[in-house]
Amino acid sequence: MIPLNYYLILAAIVFSLGLLGLLINRNNLINLLMCVELLLLAVNINFVAFSHFFSDLSGQVFVFFVLAVAAVEAAIGLAILIVLFRTRHSIEVDALNRLKG
Amino acid sequence: MMIPIQQAAFFIFSVLLIIAALMTIISRNPVRCALFLVLAFFAAAALWIILEAEFLGLILVLVYVGAVMTLFLFVIMTLNIDRTEKQQRFVRYSLFAIVSAVILLALLISAVFSLKGLADLLPLSAEASNTHALGNVLYTQYAYPFELTGVLLLVGIIATIALSFREKRLNKAIPPELQFKVKPSDRLRIVKMPTERKK
Repeated sequence: MIPLNYYLILAAIVFSLGLLGLLINRNNLINLLMCVELLLLAVNINFVAFSHFFSDLSGQVFVFFVLAVAAVEAAIGLAILIVLFRTRHSIEVDALNRLKG
Repeated sequence: MMIPIQQAAFFIFSVLLIIAALMTIISRNPVRCALFLVLAFFAAAALWIILEAEFLGLILVLVYVGAVMTLFLFVIMTLNIDRTEKQQRFVRYSLFAIVSAVILLALLISAVFSLKGLADLLPLSAEASNTHALGNVLYTQYAYPFELTGVLLLVGIIATIALSFREKRLNKAIPPELQFKVKPSDRLRIVKMPTERKK
């Protein structure tokens, strides 16, 4: 049987990779959205692992909600991205400095 | 021997997940990033099925790979982002980013190992149908959050349409307030002229 620690360490590794991607990617905004998806996936792995080992289905219900919220977030994020590309003709992160004072 | 197969599957899919996540981060092409993220989702779905969460594994494949990542690929193909590829890929201070990510990883792993009593936790055997059990919880105990999720999806639909809808170029209809202002004299001119007579 695989212990719970393995799943937690795997989720920690995936979470760190997603955070690293958020920090080092400055090229386009789509990569940042994908890194956010990686972070949410790591959190969901934790939820499912705890739900399995505690024999409590509430964790899986919360994974369900996190999936729904992440889908909405991806849709709205991509819509904002398209509007941004129409106005600025670029989705580089460093080019988005219109709100700079 | 049941256990070695399960452990082998766990290690194969976890290594696949880590490699796919790493390639998602460091790959240059956004399309390749999205496809590696799809691979990561498949590996995570397999891990969830090992954890007896079959419904969520299938939902992850259907919703994420089938809908969300397809949306990502559509947007990548819609936007012409080849022009931005000429810029430098990573920022100057990426060394500090790596250091901070490694520190976070060490912190999380030390937190996992400092928890007592997790290693000897044994799962009970779940019910035969994960979907049935999940539905029993979802529609009774979590009925209101479930309905709120529906409202949230509606808000997402409306927000997406409102953000990406271009009224001026797509629509040729005249606005109603301009239609009301029109008088008959603007459209029709009655000309009086004598009747012409054939010769």
